[in-house]
Amino acid sequence: MSHPGREEGLLRYGGWTRLNHWLVAISFVLLVLSGLPFFHPFFWSLTALFGGPTMTRIVHPFIGVFMTLVFFIMAIAFFKESLVKRHDIQWLKQIRDVLTNRDERLPPVGKNNAGQKMVYWIMLLCVPLLLVSGIVIWQPYFADAMPITIRRLGALTHAYVAFLAIITLIIHIYSGIWVKGSFQAMIRGRVSKAWAKHHHDLWYEEEMAKERRSREIRRESRKPHPPQSRGTE
Amino acid sequence: MRGGQINLQDIIARSATTVPSPQVRDGGIDPVTKLIDVSRCIGCKACQVACSEWNDLRDDVGECVGVYDNPLDLTPDSFQVMRFNEYENEQGNLEWLIRKDNCMHCAEPGCLEACPAPGAIVQYANGIVDFNSEHCIGCGYCVAGCPFDIPRISKKDSKAYKCTLCSDRVFHGLEPACVKSCPTGSIMFGTKEDMLDLAETRTNFLKSRGYENAGIYDPEGVGGTHVVYVLQHADKPEIYNDLPKDPRISPMVDAWKGVTKPLMSAAVGLAALTGFFHYVTAGPKEISAEDEEAVRADESSEEERQ
Repeated sequence: MSHPGREEGLLRYGGWTRLNHWLVAISFVLLVLSGLPFFHPFFWSLTALFGGPTMTRIVHPFIGVFMTLVFFIMAIAFFKESLVKRHDIQWLKQIRDVLTNRDERLPPVGKNNAGQKMVYWIMLLCVPLLLVSGIVIWQPYFADAMPITIRRLGALTHAYVAFLAIITLIIHIYSGIWVKGSFQAMIRGRVSKAWAKHHHDLWYEEEMAKERRSREIRRESRKPHPPQSRGTE
Repeated sequence: MRGGQINLQDIIARSATTVPSPQVRDGGIDPVTKLIDVSRCIGCKACQVACSEWNDLRDDVGECVGVYDNPLDLTPDSFQVMRFNEYENEQGNLEWLIRKDNCMHCAEPGCLEACPAPGAIVQYANGIVDFNSEHCIGCGYCVAGCPFDIPRISKKDSKAYKCTLCSDRVFHGLEPACVKSCPTGSIMFGTKEDMLDLAETRTNFLKSRGYENAGIYDPEGVGGTHVVYVLQHADKPEIYNDLPKDPRISPMVDAWKGVTKPLMSAAVGLAALTGFFHYVTAGPKEISAEDEEAVRADESSEEERQ
């Protein structure tokens, strides 16, 4: 049972981070659903979700601009923790162990593992490319002003980069389902200490060091005050 | 000559459609062609007027900028324009080359390949490439797909428009409006076979009159066209206001719309399936109750020590 005023586990994602993440996630999923019909006629029926084919064409770019905006806010916040470290390379080399759940063989990693970092960097590459290529084919506002070669290149780039982003998204979503506790972390913000120690040992140690320090400070402040200070009363 | 059916049962290609279109009635339909003999054109623009008249199009009255071209370019309300060129030939003489510019009705239409809206662009058995604007979503992909820079998106309704080769008239056994209006016989209409015959007669005549390089413009790169030119200088189509020398669907459009898309669509589906089967076989990453307990025990012993 948890004590009042004290929450279980470690805070992994703060409230603003979670809000930001889910704004990106929802707009990204809407973009996939509204973009796939123009990718291949196989997905044409998805236009029904957005009020018809023309309406889908109209709303898609606006969602895109919104997504880019919230994505960049998140990208700035996640920048430092997404820098690739030496142990990440080792972790990636052992991707077989990752996939077969032999986690005990893996090197300890920081707040994000190499997979999460790859999602970050791939998306950081994709989103600006999608924004620029999307703007040059955006009817009726920008496309007419673009030279034909740029429009063709834009359409081609948009389709290929979207494919890369969608595959990355699928892997990202699956990882959230596969690694128990991570989805909950993005919903409620917290993870258990065992989870942190198991998946992100270096981050766990950092957090524990912080906790020890704050415990010490608390203990210092509880100590009886020296007599001379009491004399001033 | 039969011009085809108006009941849409003779469609040989349909945009964004992977299954066969209704085409049982395509038997015995001759492919049609509009032949434009540039050497006989006097630039009267009767065809331009007839086009507006028949199609109920009234483009804005523009401004004269000092050349005969008016409007200066194709618009959603002008399916065709006359393009005037002052060309100085090898003998130093002036030739006034006047080209009627409109949709070429390619046998392999780039607009149709690029269009994502099922049925917004169709190609009839007679060769006419038609925009079914009711299905058009206004994305402008046809503009990117066209090797001749023909389709225009209307500001009124955000739909794409271009010359229909008067498909409505042709269905009823009539020639296109521009053909009917031409006073010099510069624009002719008939089966492709007949038109190529006629074009050859004209080319031979032009050659006998000193135009050594006279020839037929029926570019192979797009599978041939259902609008064919007779040019005095077929070796230099670019002098006719940048008529492309070897038009073909851009490799970028092919790469964008070709086999990669069904492959990538399949890959998206496979990626999701792979995830599911990975979960079923390898299972989730879970923290066991013992691990949770061990970490908790560690922590409380540490707190007590302090």
